This record gives sequence, structure tokens and C-alpha cells, in this order.
Amino acid sequence: MLKKITIEPVTRVEGHGKVTIHMDDKGNITQSRLHIVEFRGFERFVQGRPYWEAPVLVQRLCGICPVSHHLAAAKALDVIVGAGTGHGLTATGEKMRRLMHYGQFFQSHALHFFHLSSPDFLFGVDGDPAIRNIIGVALTYPDLAVQGVMMRKFGQEIIRATAGKKIHGTGAIPGGINKNLSIAERDEFLKGADPLNADKMVEWAEGALDFFKNYYAANKDFVDNFAHFPSNHLSLVRKDGALDLYHGVLRAVDTEGKKILHDIDYQEYADYIEEEVRSWSYMKFPYLKEYGKEKGWYRVGPLARLNTAEFIPTPLAQREFEIYKALTNGKPNNHCMHMHYARLIETLHAAEMIRELLNDPDLLGNDLVVKGTKQKEGVGLIEAPRGTLFHHYRINDDDQIVMANLIVSTTNNNEPMNRSVNFVAKAVMTGKEEITEGMMNSVEVAIRAYDPCLSCATHALGKMPLEITLVDQDNNIIDRKRSH
Amino acid sequence: MSNLIKFKIDSKECMAEKGTFIVDAARENGIYIPTLCNMPGVKPKGSCRICTVRINGRLMTSCTTPVADGMEIESNVADLQNLRKSIVELMFVSGNHFCPSCEKSGNCELQALGYLYQMLVPRFPYDFPIRKIDATSPKIIKDQNRCIQCKRCIKTIKDEQGRSLFAFRNRGHRLEVVLDQELGHLMTEELADLAMKNCPVGSIIKKEIGFNTAIGNRKFDHHAIGSEITL
Repeated sequence: MLKKITIEPVTRVEGHGKVTIHMDDKGNITQSRLHIVEFRGFERFVQGRPYWEAPVLVQRLCGICPVSHHLAAAKALDVIVGAGTGHGLTATGEKMRRLMHYGQFFQSHALHFFHLSSPDFLFGVDGDPAIRNIIGVALTYPDLAVQGVMMRKFGQEIIRATAGKKIHGTGAIPGGINKNLSIAERDEFLKGADPLNADKMVEWAEGALDFFKNYYAANKDFVDNFAHFPSNHLSLVRKDGALDLYHGVLRAVDTEGKKILHDIDYQEYADYIEEEVRSWSYMKFPYLKEYGKEKGWYRVGPLARLNTAEFIPTPLAQREFEIYKALTNGKPNNHCMHMHYARLIETLHAAEMIRELLNDPDLLGNDLVVKGTKQKEGVGLIEAPRGTLFHHYRINDDDQIVMANLIVSTTNNNEPMNRSVNFVAKAVMTGKEEITEGMMNSVEVAIRAYDPCLSCATHALGKMPLEITLVDQDNNIIDRKRSH
Repeated sequence: MSNLIKFKIDSKECMAEKGTFIVDAARENGIYIPTLCNMPGVKPKGSCRICTVRINGRLMTSCTTPVADGMEIESNVADLQNLRKSIVELMFVSGNHFCPSCEKSGNCELQALGYLYQMLVPRFPYDFPIRKIDATSPKIIKDQNRCIQCKRCIKTIKDEQGRSLFAFRNRGHRLEVVLDQELGHLMTEELADLAMKNCPVGSIIKKEIGFNTAIGNRKFDHHAIGSEITL
């Protein structure tokens, strides 16, 4: 008898999704899918709006990483207003945006590690769900929980100082920024009372990394083997190969580290990347055109970035990068759970970058905006915390948007997340009659490693629960488990 | 000879020149009565009704009613505040006012009144009307989604020959304020600035300068609307 297991909703991720797992009468997994069941349609209703509204309007598709959408849209519009890309902006304009972006990285990565993922590490994948959550962390490990909250707060305060608000600010405008950093704001971030200063944040980021490394040492088999499978990896890198989360060229490597996308100018992304629509999900499936749907899919995010980048341009993160790369002898890392490791190295890098930028006098400058010859079309790419984010706009003669295309980080990870679900489902559910809560959480742990934002991916807003349903071949429900 | 007369607003003794409209007289005495269609230097029409007060039991628009000696005016009382809140709510539901992405946010008088009256959600159903955007002028965009038909642009935005650049079109529920296509193309930079400034909402926005004022520096970021009068 064929069985179908549905996990709906998926928990401790942003957005709303469900998982379906089909089993044959011998208990073998025949199909596993992560379905994204939200729909919004930002690409459609931004049409007709004046182009300068896009960075403020489109960021509303997310409350966790709005800065990424805000900046990706602003970068696309930099092209449209003739400011160009990268160093086309004034030093103050670019560095204020970078500070905003690293503040966003810092808070988002802290959120994911401390609030969403640490319960799995602290209490075990099959730990008691009553305490396997952030409240349980706060009660059992109060110091760690406070660190998570304060790291988020610091990142959010950086965002407020650069974008005007902690969530959904307006700082980045086409061609630049609408404010500089005041001396008082700078001094508060650099010399503020503990713990809310840049030095303490670097120290805590190192501490979080040490925490994971200790966990890894004690759970090597699990971390190395859980949902480990080969894939391509894609991200922006700086022209010299350095990790750069704000700007660069687009690079992809295969599972052996061979370049399969050769540092292209992202204005031409549409020549290299295609999106496939599948009937069972609102989230599209991007792939590299040259390699087709079967072989051209790729991963994005922390794991991918540390696979495409050759070095990290801050000393403490570079030291950790070298240790991390040695684990795979310099080859691309395809261990799903190492995404947490990579994310924490990036968290340290973000803290270092924030400290470095705060000491840069360019942030205090008054030359904020650049404009040149107006263009009709622009593409903005940025490395969002969850991976490469694409914004593409076209305008008409009256300055109204006529076309928008967004390829969101989580969308880029659609195929690998589905493969991870399949991998874990096969590993933990094959031949099992009853679905335990621990099995369900294992599937969620695999999805959670990607830190998906399903609201972003479908450009939709919602809560993020997960439910699993078991049905027979006639679609009769045999068992249903729901996590809240 | 002085033309000063005495009157009361909410029992407070006030004085003003005879013939002064109540809304102006109140302002001179440190009392805020909200306005939307009314603005200094323009003959009042009392069309938005937000400035409604009660005099001898009758509801009157304070922007069109002059003070009289011994007049007793009720303004800041619960039922009138609720009435004003209703007017704000009706304006919100009859258009498409999406503050989160509107560049007038923080400088918008309608939004500021919404905050003043603590409007969390309108008590009336949304119309969600289908409205258009006129972006054909090289200088401004006229967004009908946000227009409250206050006529401030019609009355104040005129070219050197005294021709109004804006006008009413259609009647009843189809009424809209439109930009003259020919004059719109000839609009000067100064008139475009003035049109955006005089629009109490985000219906007239100047092209390509959106969001150039940082959050924290906008008109209502730190002080509620009217607080400059009551301080």
C-alpha cells in the first residue's frame, strides 16, 4: 500500500511550507517534496509604480531580511539612474550601504543560529519538543540566549542608524543613500557600554563559532553525514576572489571546485540562469542554462559562498576559513550541516566588517547621491544572508516600472532543499510504520540548515509551521502530525 | 479702535480680531483644530469637514465660520473627536493609501491625523477602488490612489497667466483631480516643488527625488500634527 506523509507546517523557518513524502508498500521512499504554499505576487503589483518606490515597496515581502531586498532593488536602480554598479556610488553612499548590509547579516545570522537552530544542537534533534525551542534555550542556557538577543539588537541598531528604521527603512535610494552616520552614532557603536559595542560583538561571534566547533567535535558523524550530497555552488565574489557580500561578479563552481560560471557581470544573469516552474510549488526552480535542469541546479548561501570565495578579507574570519577549508582539503564543502559552521564564520566576518567600517571617516561624509544618464533597465544582485538575491527592473519613458523579476535566495536553494528532504526522509523513515516527532524534526533540521525564508521565496507573508500527513495510495489519510 | 472680541473654545477664554475664522482664531490662542482642505492664503470652502466644531448645538466648519463676540465653541470633545476620526477613516477606505511604500509617509497630513486619532484600523469596509497614475508630466506624478480631492492643488498651483494646472473632472463617485496635460508638460521646477508641498497626502509627488529625506528628519517624525500650535 502506497503511503504519503505530509509535514505541514514546517517550523522554525520563515514562511509557510509543507513536506510530502510518498512510501511504497515495502516502506521505501518513492518521492519527497518541499511545497511552498504561499503566494503574493510582488513582481506584478510593483508594475506601474514609480521606480524609486521599489526599494521601499519590495522590501515589504520580508520582515527578517528586508535590508537585502532594499539594497538589491536600490542597486538595480543605481543602474537605471546612471550611477552604475559597485564603486559608481560615492564613498559615503557605498560604505553606508555596506554597513547597513553587514548589520543585517549580523542580526539575521544571529537570529538563525541562536533562535532557530541552537535548540536542535542543545537539546538534540529528537529532544523533547516542549523545551526544544528558544524559550527552552532561554531557561536552560540563559547566557547564550542573552547573547543571541543582544547580537540581534546590535545588528538592528546598525540598520536603524543607516536605514532610518530597524525594519523597513528607507536609507538606500537610487544612486546612493539619504543619510550619513553621525559622530555620536559611530561612537556609540564603537565605544558603547558592554555588550553593545563592536569589540564585544566580534568576541561573541568568535564564541558562537567555538560553541559550534565544540558541538561538531562531539557529534562529528552527525554533522558530516546528515544530508551530505554533492552540488554546484553559486555566489557573488569580489573580482579578486574574496568573499564580498555586497557586490562582485557572479561565480559558480561544481562539486569538485571547477568554475562553471566564470565571474560574469550580473547585468547579464538572464543569459546564464533560467527558472523552471513546477505545478506543485509556488517557488520556482532556477538552474544554470548551460548545464540544464538536471545538472545545472546549485546551492546558494553560506556554504556556497565559502565554496566560491578564495579568501575572506578580514583576519579573524580568514583564520577560521582556513581551518574550515582544511576539513575538505580545500575542495567544495557539500555537508549540509556545515552550513551552520559557514554561517558562523560569516557572522564573525560581518562583525569584523562592521568594526572596520565604523572606523572609516567616509561614513561621515556629505556626498550622498550620484546620478548619470538614465537607463531603461537595471539588475541588482546582493548576497543576502540566505544566498544570492536577484532584482531586475525595466521602466518606461514615464519612470514607471513595467517589468520586475526577483530570484530570491531561498528560491535558488529550492532544488537542494528538496534533495535534502529526500535524503533525510530515506535515511530516517524507510521501512517505518509510525512517524515519530523526532523523524519529523529530522526533516525540518535539513530544511532549517538552509535558513529558508519561504515568505521571501514566494514573495509572501505568513507564519511558518509544518505538518506531515500519511496517506495510502488512494489518498486516504492514515496519519497526520502537525507541529506548531 | 481695537476690533478684538472675546469668545470661548472648550471653556477657555480666547480673543481674536473680529471676522477671523474660528480655525485661525483658535490657532492664535494656542488651540489646534485639524484641517486638511484648508490652507493659509486660500479662500476656505469647508469641503473636508475635518475642522467641524459645535456652536450652540450646531455643527459648523471652523474654517468657514468667523468668530463672534461671546461665541462658545466646542472642539476638543469626545464626540467631535470621534467624528473627525471617522472622516479620516473614510478617507483611508475610499482610496488606496498604502503608507508603507508611500514617499509622503512621515510628511503626510492624513497619516498624521490617523496617528493623532489613534486609528488602528478603519471601522468601515475598504472600497479598494481601481484608480490610475498619471506619470506623463516630466516633473510630477499624479497618483489618484491617494487623492482626497481637497482642491488645494487646484487653488494654489497656477502658471504665470493665472491658469490652474489642476482641475476637477467627472462628477459624483467618478470625480477626480487631474493635471492639465498641456500645462503639465510645461510645469516649472518651482511649481512642481510647490504642488508636492501643498498636497496634504502623497497624490502629487515630484519625480526622481523619492525618499531623499531620511527617517527622523520628516515633518511628523518627532511631533504630532498640531503640536506646534498647542506647545
